[in-house]
Amino acid sequence: MLITCPYCGPRDVIEFTYQGDGNRERPDPASQNFEAWNAYVYDRLNPAGDHNEIWQHSGGCRAHLRVVRNTLTHEISSVAFVRGDHASAARRKAEGQS
Amino acid sequence: MSPRRTDTGGRIDRLKTIRFTFDGVAYTGHAGDTLASALLAKGVTLFGRSFKYHRPRGLLTAGVEEPNALVTVLKGEVREPNIPATMVEIHDGLVAISQNRFPSLAWDIHAANQLGGKILSAGFYYKTFMGPVIGPLKGTRFWMFCEHFIRRAAGLGSAGSAKDPARYERMNAFCDVLVVGSGPAGLMAAKAAADQGARVILADLEPRFGGSANWSDETIDGTPATDWVRRTVAQLEGRDNVRLLPRTTVWGYYDNNTLAALERVSDHKEQPAKGEPRHRYWAIRARSVVLATGAFERPLVFPGNDRPGVMLAHAAERYANEFGVLPGDRIALFTNNDSAYRAAVALKKAGAAVVAIADVRPELSAEMRSLATEAEAEIFAGHAVVATEGGKTLSGIKVQRFDMVTGALTGDARSIHADCLLMSGGWSPTIHLASQAGAKAEWDAARQAFLPPKPTQQWPTQQWIGAGAFTGSFSTVEAIAEGRAAGLAAAGGTGTPAALPIVEAVPGEPDPAPVFEIRAKGKSFVDFQHDVTAEDVRLAHREGFVSVEHLKRYTTLGMATDQGKSSNVPGLAIMAEALGKPIPEVGTTRFRPPFAPVSIGSLAAERFGDLKPERLTPMHDWHVDHGATLYSAGLWYRPMIYGHAGETVEQAYVREARATRESAGIVDVSTLGKIAVQGPDAAAFLDRVYTNMFSTLAVGKARYGLMLREDGFAFDDGTTWRLGEQDFLMTTTTANAGKVMQHLEYFLDVIWPELKVHVTSVTDEWAGAAIGGPKARQILAACVTGTSVDNAALPFMGIVHGEIAGVPVMICRLSFSGEMAFEVYCGAGHGTHVWEALIEAGKPFGLVTYGLEALGTMRIEKGHVTGAEIDGRTTARDLHLDWMLSKKKPFIGSAMMDREGLVASDRLELVGLIALDNRPLNGGSHIVEEIDEANPHGSIGHITACCYSPALGKHIALALVKGGKARHGTRAHVSDPLRSRFGPVEIVSNHFYDPEGTRMHG
Repeated sequence: MLITCPYCGPRDVIEFTYQGDGNRERPDPASQNFEAWNAYVYDRLNPAGDHNEIWQHSGGCRAHLRVVRNTLTHEISSVAFVRGDHASAARRKAEGQS
Repeated sequence: MSPRRTDTGGRIDRLKTIRFTFDGVAYTGHAGDTLASALLAKGVTLFGRSFKYHRPRGLLTAGVEEPNALVTVLKGEVREPNIPATMVEIHDGLVAISQNRFPSLAWDIHAANQLGGKILSAGFYYKTFMGPVIGPLKGTRFWMFCEHFIRRAAGLGSAGSAKDPARYERMNAFCDVLVVGSGPAGLMAAKAAADQGARVILADLEPRFGGSANWSDETIDGTPATDWVRRTVAQLEGRDNVRLLPRTTVWGYYDNNTLAALERVSDHKEQPAKGEPRHRYWAIRARSVVLATGAFERPLVFPGNDRPGVMLAHAAERYANEFGVLPGDRIALFTNNDSAYRAAVALKKAGAAVVAIADVRPELSAEMRSLATEAEAEIFAGHAVVATEGGKTLSGIKVQRFDMVTGALTGDARSIHADCLLMSGGWSPTIHLASQAGAKAEWDAARQAFLPPKPTQQWPTQQWIGAGAFTGSFSTVEAIAEGRAAGLAAAGGTGTPAALPIVEAVPGEPDPAPVFEIRAKGKSFVDFQHDVTAEDVRLAHREGFVSVEHLKRYTTLGMATDQGKSSNVPGLAIMAEALGKPIPEVGTTRFRPPFAPVSIGSLAAERFGDLKPERLTPMHDWHVDHGATLYSAGLWYRPMIYGHAGETVEQAYVREARATRESAGIVDVSTLGKIAVQGPDAAAFLDRVYTNMFSTLAVGKARYGLMLREDGFAFDDGTTWRLGEQDFLMTTTTANAGKVMQHLEYFLDVIWPELKVHVTSVTDEWAGAAIGGPKARQILAACVTGTSVDNAALPFMGIVHGEIAGVPVMICRLSFSGEMAFEVYCGAGHGTHVWEALIEAGKPFGLVTYGLEALGTMRIEKGHVTGAEIDGRTTARDLHLDWMLSKKKPFIGSAMMDREGLVASDRLELVGLIALDNRPLNGGSHIVEEIDEANPHGSIGHITACCYSPALGKHIALALVKGGKARHGTRAHVSDPLRSRFGPVEIVSNHFYDPEGTRMHG
């Protein structure tokens, strides 16, 4: 499987660490809503098809990526930085300013 | 008469004689022979004994799909079992032995199993090993006893126990076009793609490129097909953009066109060349793949079809044309299709008498009749072979009139004298790799075969392009045209006007008659390697195992080392007939990697032994020079003890720990994980990460912190030092350094991107030494300049900056040993310099170096926790760290840590244990309330760490025990049946030594 890191380019999956279901919403830290916390920690969508996932390029730039992967075919339809400001760093690199 | 070498012909080098042994008998062969062809040339027909019934078996095939002739190859002490003799290239000094026979191949005692054939049917184990319900043999014990003998009788070759000294290596390769298979289709594809300038890899599992061209006796462009192969290969060899990989089996097809291949680099040599590995594992990433993997010929299923001397028609053609070996003198054929007639002609040409051709089809084309005439063979149209005769070799066959529509046999059986019977049940395209890539095979009623799906633009099946027999196009003319088209398409090129090579071939229609089995009396084998008969398949049907997946598991059809390459389709056909359904409705199982067996060594390649990465601390060489025994902790190497001559490990650590508590000791702590946490929001971030407060920590002070996971369980602990308002140095346990770093990065990147914090791993930038004991402060005072280290300047958990021997150092007063102790950090490059200065300063004070054992001993005495207790199942409360859970702020894990199950009163809690029998305790021992050595049960917990405590003069341990604190002062027992250690213990607080901390606070 190849993941195209927006910063480093297409890389083998062994360079990445799976960091979980990208659909999870972390409740407000002070929230005492136990149902919401339980859903965040334990509930996973596990769809047969497109899935939003978080991957870290741990063997590369270490950025976290939001990856849409088809769980049936492993086709990856989109990859983006989780953090907006990484995107501007990648742009700067592309423009040769960093 | 028997098989023999022809006078001329074949792709072997008759001038080169090679000597080898099989079952201790010396033989000779020629360069270019396989073990199979060389032995067959010497008249050997018996190659092995079958899996279950120990029936004599000979060669069925000439290639990778061979199910019968499996041998063990011996190299010195190393034995490699279960290699098809058809895949072993002979070399001088080759030693091979047969398998699954006792005492010898010719006289096998287990052949008596054939008499019990009715009992040893499919599902034998499931049905038999149900214990009697009553009587002296009640239960399964008796059968467990029998199993040992049955397992010995059934099986393949045995693996050796000697260490494999061979070298294996791994290669990563990238190409535009990977062509799998080098027959006419593969060669055309490789050439067409290479001509477009594409980077091409051509792989074939055989030593010779050319595939069927090596034995088809066809003519291409006016010259023998073998000459065309040689010319084409020579053209490819001369190109920079082509890599040729002979002896390379592409065995796995993975996502994104990543393919795995095994190159047998030096198995065919007496000695590998210098630096040459035995096998090379290729991980190939290809932009596109051309599958030109050909097809496997299928056996026909009829009684006695497994007798030595019965082989596939094309295999005989191959032995004759490629190796110059006749598999018999009087040869009969049995077929349901045209391809066998070409074999008849080839064997006639090579010098054998072709006595009969039995064809299940009542009407034969004029071309086939003329080929039979050319072969001088008597034709039996509308006939079938119903029996074979002979013992360990074939002596004759019986044919009978056969109606291929009803399957009925009529008239009298006629005996025909023959020493070799060739069969052809049609061809199955080798679609394994496409199937691995996710393609669903489609049944083609005309070809009577599963064909790969037609190419689509749908992901992921568009990644490969098929050509030749793989697609069901069995003629060389089609293979050449499809090969070139596939090569062009794979390279992204368009059609070229150049004419295609002209092929002259024996005529023949590709479609067989839909006949798979002749039902007559006797054992008819479907899966030769696992001894599955047609009757076994019907038995599975009768007993309700009708799904193809159940059929496979119940009968083990297709589960042998050949993975059903020749048995799959006949087995499905017989099940389909039993069900009264067409074959496509029965379906087929999906092929999985590997296509053919793969050496484990090639998968490990260099990743073992010396080449494992190791992490060494800056002071590593000093430790080694000063007698440290090293201990591997993850990738790190750390001193375990600094033993004196004649000391045991226990004597050494007891001496080191005692000396530290009496005067002072020093230990290398450079392996601790260190993370710089910096930025305006660093303190706020740490408040969220740790259970306790860090924003209130003063600059120049350190604090012990505990982290939880999101689910509320304890994660890691360590001290974090506030070096500046926005500058923290976090330390983690050695084992969790990487995990903690990822944890922090995840929260900063994904959850709290608004926090202005940067984290950097600085583990390798700092060297650290912990120096502790009553005289530690005096030692520091003797060598540190630029700062005072007295109680006022350096209180407990205080930090100072100074110099040792001219090197800047940072000193924090904290204690893991429970003594007055200091951690001294300096730049990694100065580690040994500072370490030596500390050792020198400590000499007058009796400073000792201590290792992990003494470190562990002192931490157990103090009751501190490590990874053995923070094991992913314990909570802060379990470890009596609930005082660290801040109630003033939320933190990671705070919402989940109070769940019902995590605050229950019967959870395992940290306690101390003292052995009351004064004997050593064992890690992992269970704690019980009552000892029952015969029937250990009733565990209330287990030991996590143990040692002899010099401070207490007792054997002690830390343990996780149900109810924990409530049991302080009570007695229990250790129960360790594996090591026969039972005995009484007292449960006490985990703080064995100096619980008030007066020593470290000074």
